Amino acid sequence: MLTKEQIAQRIAKEVKDGYYVNLGIGIPTLVANYVPKGIDVEFQSENGVLGMGPFPFEGEEDADVINAGKQTITTLPGASFFDSSMSFGMIRGQHVDLTILGAMEVAENGDIANWKIPGKMVKGMGGAMDLVASAENIIVAMMHTNRAGASKLLKRCSLPLTGVNCITKVVTNMAVMDVTDKGFVLLERAPGVSVEDIKAATEGNLIVEGEVPEMVI
Amino acid sequence: MINRTVSSVEEALEGVKSGMTFMVGGFGLSGIPENSIAQLVKTGITDLTCISNNAGVDDFGLGLLLQGKQIKKMISSYVGENDEFERQMLSGELEVDLIPQGTLAERCRAAQAGIPAFFTPAGYGTEVAEGKEVRDFNGKPHILEHAFQADFAFVKAWKGDEAGNLIFKGTARNFNPVMAGAATITVAEVEELVPAGTLDPNQIHIPGIFVKRIFQGAKYEKRIEQRTVRQRD
Repeated sequence: MLTKEQIAQRIAKEVKDGYYVNLGIGIPTLVANYVPKGIDVEFQSENGVLGMGPFPFEGEEDADVINAGKQTITTLPGASFFDSSMSFGMIRGQHVDLTILGAMEVAENGDIANWKIPGKMVKGMGGAMDLVASAENIIVAMMHTNRAGASKLLKRCSLPLTGVNCITKVVTNMAVMDVTDKGFVLLERAPGVSVEDIKAATEGNLIVEGEVPEMVI
Repeated sequence: MINRTVSSVEEALEGVKSGMTFMVGGFGLSGIPENSIAQLVKTGITDLTCISNNAGVDDFGLGLLLQGKQIKKMISSYVGENDEFERQMLSGELEVDLIPQGTLAERCRAAQAGIPAFFTPAGYGTEVAEGKEVRDFNGKPHILEHAFQADFAFVKAWKGDEAGNLIFKGTARNFNPVMAGAATITVAEVEELVPAGTLDPNQIHIPGIFVKRIFQGAKYEKRIEQRTVRQRD
């Protein structure tokens, strides 16, 4: 099984030269640490910055320069700041090439739930609904099962939805899958994890075609 | 030059009343109108509806108005990191309308720009779309969202001049520019207020026409919510 860091490492391989990328909070934020050297990428944070850099050195934090997770950050040469409307114009207008976000549940038809557990947790959707409704290329980073061992890759989401029919790829601690009209297509399995293990941990329709290679991280 | 300056935060907030709807700029604690919020706490007015991306933290930002139970309803996109907020929401004391962040920004901008409503794909097929008109454009479903209507907008900028022109800094810009001019009265507070003619007109982010009253904040705490740093090698 992959660690959260390794999930981020695997997703980083999907980031291509020239991409503008929006990273969600949690595992997606870690992806920035593993982007292959030699390719040019700019990270967008929906609170209004493009060209996000690493955390500042101690003593150089600026309350006026944060990311969507409210963490202090820095900017890289070529960076820009803008207002919230323009930021979501970038997202809604499909100028952002890749969106990476976390999820509580993903369904075999590409539905996603990640903002609310009725009666328990209601923090809000933030920018997630805007992102999933407009982005063409969305990768979900998540654990394959919950703490109790129940699958988070379902036939239908049980939690309130964030978006419908929008997720195209999922990377979990067990597998890499495309989300297609027919269901989850298994592309790669984590080192030491068998196809049978993945089938057992996936409630939604899992399509296995031929040999499934082990991930290279 | 039309002078938009007021001499004090008290004067800036003249006319605020219980039951009003306010827009409040900021993302997290970044770029929030600290001085206006502190003064709103002092006025003791209640039953407020606040349109703001977040609700502050327990002891800062809009959290201060929540502590005094001055807010009746919050319209936000994300409200984590605030225990008192959660308590009031779960107990039913506080009404909360959660809406997508891009929709929140655009409903402000629409109000600023005189656009009564617009279609967006955000939230289609979710709770957010309940009761809203759906229409297909280019083969894709969109939902109808309306411009906000607010009595006051409280925004915060880095620099401003007597004419009400504003310049923002970093990600403290966020919702402030789209709320300016989006309410009946816009109050801008700035870290540095300069005479007209000092700021380069090419560098103005928000023209003074969108700002009714401007003042220099007495002090800024500019609290950091998540201090993240890296070590020097």
